[in-house]
Amino acid sequence: MMNSYDKPLPTIDEYSKGYWALARQHRLSVQVCRHCGHRHFPASPVCPSCLSDAQAWEPVSGHGTLVSWVTFHRAYWNAFRDELPYHVCVVQLDDGPLVVGNFGNGIPENVKMGMPMKVQFEDVTPDVSLARFVPA
Amino acid sequence: MNPMQGLSNRIAVVGVGNTPYGDFPAVSDYTLGAEAFKAAIADCGLNKNEIDGLLCCRVPFYARMGEILGLNPRWTMTLPGHGRMSGIAIAEAMLALETGAANHVALIYTNIGRSRRMNYGGDESASFWDPWGLTSPGASHALMFRMHMERYGTTTRQLAEVSVAFRNNAILNPDAVMRKPITIDEHESIRRIVEPLGLLDYCLINDGAVCMILTTRERAADLKKPPVLISGVGARDAFERAAIGNFDPEFWYDEVREAGSQAYEMAGVTKDDVDALMCYDNFSPTVLFSLEGLGFCGRGEAGSFVENGALGVHGRLPTNTDGGHLSNSYMQGWALNVEAVRQLRGECGERQVQDCEVVQYIAATPCTRSIIYTKG
Repeated sequence: MMNSYDKPLPTIDEYSKGYWALARQHRLSVQVCRHCGHRHFPASPVCPSCLSDAQAWEPVSGHGTLVSWVTFHRAYWNAFRDELPYHVCVVQLDDGPLVVGNFGNGIPENVKMGMPMKVQFEDVTPDVSLARFVPA
Repeated sequence: MNPMQGLSNRIAVVGVGNTPYGDFPAVSDYTLGAEAFKAAIADCGLNKNEIDGLLCCRVPFYARMGEILGLNPRWTMTLPGHGRMSGIAIAEAMLALETGAANHVALIYTNIGRSRRMNYGGDESASFWDPWGLTSPGASHALMFRMHMERYGTTTRQLAEVSVAFRNNAILNPDAVMRKPITIDEHESIRRIVEPLGLLDYCLINDGAVCMILTTRERAADLKKPPVLISGVGARDAFERAAIGNFDPEFWYDEVREAGSQAYEMAGVTKDDVDALMCYDNFSPTVLFSLEGLGFCGRGEAGSFVENGALGVHGRLPTNTDGGHLSNSYMQGWALNVEAVRQLRGECGERQVQDCEVVQYIAATPCTRSIIYTKG
């Protein structure tokens, strides 16, 4: 089944490969500056705060709060057509940056801004695991 | 003090022109650009060979545009086809004119996205978030509007007021693409695109072109029509929080407030002096965000502010009197700047705002820009 996965896959490059390797282990991570400690996401070649090149991927708790969510009724890729309508959410991590994901088990009951969420991962191909969020 | 204060009322818009708006599969960007240029030249009465500055936006290749128009400028610039670029372009032209880098600048914008079936999402605009299915500027605005609903209790029926007001304005504009009346109920029941937004919250996608011709106030005096002065400009970008494209968790509130304040101060006016607002409306929620940032209402209160037709030509704040991007034409801010000029000239027929002396342009985007135009 995994071979038939035809939704968009990440472009894994030198800067983002650390994130995807940790995701494969079902650990959510953000980029942390070794020089000043600034946390950012997605990957940046230098620290947006102090411009240091010394960047590392650091696992975070995977807990956060729901900032927003939307429901797609239009498929911009054919592979999403059978899933319509599908949901996308934005979560503010307790450990820093905003991240985008999908709900893990459909839209949560009594969904509202600020509800506590936690990450789960879904293995969509042998190399790629995607973050999903469920109520914490 | 706005560091650009010295440029207040120094630069004038002397010519404007646009093509018809629609679906023109047999026509090139350059053909549309030439048509808009000819219209703007005729509008100001300048000899086209006096154009010594050329700014192209969304035109595929500036040199081909110049070749077609037979121009050899001494100042040329090209900018990408992003909506946020219209305000940026006009400020760049001001600087070129003030420094003498050019004496007469033509700004040409072209768009053939409709006939070439652009989607504004998916593989056309790849991003880090594609694996999760997050794509398209409309989805980012849907995310922001959801937040506005959650934080402030704003409703989609209030959002409908924006779409309905601009459609009512478009009905008074013979050139507008969409002139069929719509109701709040239709806004609510029409198909959803990215919920909470539906079809009537999205800008049109149509072909067309716009040209503006700018010069100094002194040179403007010799031309055909009374000049419209650029009295104030303001700017603030928000790249640091731009990880999700076209999305800002604070709706660019501080940026809009700052760009607006700079523009008011430079022009020597306040929001209460604004007779008409030209508000970048790629999606209807942007209008709410702009009204709050500029202080036309309190933060979180734009939903009630826009009720009862407030944004109509005869409302308390006439906004996007041409119908905007939602109902007139998707010219990415350019047509709104042209409408500002036409309102100040009194050329708007049925949609003319009475005693119109101050018109403000605002684009709430990751590059927020505002411009204040006044009668010369």
